[in-house]
Amino acid sequence: MAIAKKAIVWGLFAAGGTLTAFVFPALIALFLLIATGNVPEGMQFEQIHVFVTSWLGKVCLFIVLFLSLWHAAHRLRVVAHDFGIRKDTLVASTVYTLAAIGTVLSAYYLWMIKA
Amino acid sequence: MSRRPYIRPMSQTTWYMRNGRYKVYMLREMTSFLVGFYTFLTIYALATLASNSPQVWNSFLSSQQSTGMIALHGFALLYFLFYQTFPWFKLAPKAMPVQVGEKTLPGIYIVIGHYIVWAVLSAFIFWLAGVI
Repeated sequence: MAIAKKAIVWGLFAAGGTLTAFVFPALIALFLLIATGNVPEGMQFEQIHVFVTSWLGKVCLFIVLFLSLWHAAHRLRVVAHDFGIRKDTLVASTVYTLAAIGTVLSAYYLWMIKA
Repeated sequence: MSRRPYIRPMSQTTWYMRNGRYKVYMLREMTSFLVGFYTFLTIYALATLASNSPQVWNSFLSSQQSTGMIALHGFALLYFLFYQTFPWFKLAPKAMPVQVGEKTLPGIYIVIGHYIVWAVLSAFIFWLAGVI
């Protein structure tokens, strides 16, 4: 059972690591553009709303958020250990709970975005 | 097991400061905070979009515009590139070697392939966002 669980966590970590390596530079660059006041056309309400209303937009965003959340959770658990925090059960339940909350919130907000 | 096992004295909190490789490892590990931060920032953006109201979305956009945020995103972008994206592509041939017949494909092709996919995907995202 322990091995089976580890494979799931490891799989999410690896998939999330690959996806974030590919997608996050562009995502951070978009936030940077917004911060400078040069909001790109596709980030204006009309366009972003149409994109996230579509099923393709919802599915893409959900996959990115879901994998990023579980990737971050798994790594933050290891980081806590690296910094000398040895309460793994507490750390693991905290980070995985946060990832679960993030997953539910992502699904809920994506569901609520409608025309 | 020996009766008097030798246990090296080792700090549990600053062990990585002894060695350059460990320091780089820890610097790479710190990108997990960035992944968590930007994921929740995106979820927050979706929450404002879920109001389905242009006013709420526009006030979110203005709330993100400050010198502090420019500095944060600029730093995060560089940090993420050098401690997550590039190292991840570099280790790809070791993590998933591609076998062709009896030999394995030279790692450099896998690394170049990653950079090409990254460029195309980033261009696609920028195109979707109306940047290019």
